[in-house]
Amino acid sequence: MLLPYFQWFETTTIGTAIKNSSWAFAVIESVHLLALAVIGGAVLMLDLRLLGLGLRRQPIPEVAREAQPWLVGSLIVMLITGFALFSSEATKCYYSTPFWVKMTSLALAMAFTFTVRRRVSFEGDGRVRPIVLRLVALVSLTLWFGVGAGGRWIGFSG
Amino acid sequence: MSLLPFCEWLASTKGSIALHESLYIYPLVESVHVLTLCVFVGTSLMLDLRLLGVALRRVPVSEVTGRLVPWMVAGFVVMFISGILLFYAIPIRSYQNIFFRLKVIALLLAGANAWVFHNGVQRTVARWDRDLIPPKKARFAGAASLALWAVIIVCGRMIAYNWFDCDMPQPPLIKWAAGCVDRQR
Repeated sequence: MLLPYFQWFETTTIGTAIKNSSWAFAVIESVHLLALAVIGGAVLMLDLRLLGLGLRRQPIPEVAREAQPWLVGSLIVMLITGFALFSSEATKCYYSTPFWVKMTSLALAMAFTFTVRRRVSFEGDGRVRPIVLRLVALVSLTLWFGVGAGGRWIGFSG
Repeated sequence: MSLLPFCEWLASTKGSIALHESLYIYPLVESVHVLTLCVFVGTSLMLDLRLLGVALRRVPVSEVTGRLVPWMVAGFVVMFISGILLFYAIPIRSYQNIFFRLKVIALLLAGANAWVFHNGVQRTVARWDRDLIPPKKARFAGAASLALWAVIIVCGRMIAYNWFDCDMPQPPLIKWAAGCVDRQR
């Protein structure tokens, strides 16, 4: 059902330009990886804090405030570069199970991060039970792990 | 002296061949390598940004290091072991790959930078622990670490491409940099 749209992506200017260039994919992929390190740090810093393993002496809302711009910034870079990579091999992605695992995890991770996790971490320790904080961190880590692992595995299939 | 004979021997060992030909283990090791990148580079990034006075400015530097360094060490150990395994699976091609060589150089520089920071300005951290913007030497260490790890990540990713491989026609400079040898027929 979605296949025609995926095939169309490959015919767009961006898609064909990347496909026809010998180095564009590699360069964009590198930027994608650099942003991965940043987003990993931003997600981990807050999740470790929520788990009680990170910067324990800092209030949760403050750690959340510090991490926020890095999370949003790197996510934007990841989405732009990811979209460019995708458009150069959309048809391959359509038939790739890891791609769908990644997209599902990504949608869930973003939805969870900017609603529940955001709300809970800006409320802080006093008002939310510790078990809830830990649960939120574990769900966040699991979802983002799914995104990373799925992404790496796209390269191994097909 | 060339390490090529050693790499050739390594490539002929059973473990290397098994890893190289495995359907799932190699991708698994590769995934672990990339995911621990998040743990190690992500957490060192936060420390580097603190040293630059860009993020976590209200948190004492000693607390950032005290809390994050265990994660950095754990991430680095797993990343290092998985990296060794990846090299072990493909020794000769990695050895003769200019990106791999650049990556190793950048890694050594990053190690030296960390060592200098640890044995230098970090010793006096008590004096500048709460500074919003740490002293110049600490800022330099943070900036150098950021730049070097960016180089390491990019080079690591580029190892996968065969543009400069020895089995293709290359200009003399690349042949020299990659350590290509002309095989006797």
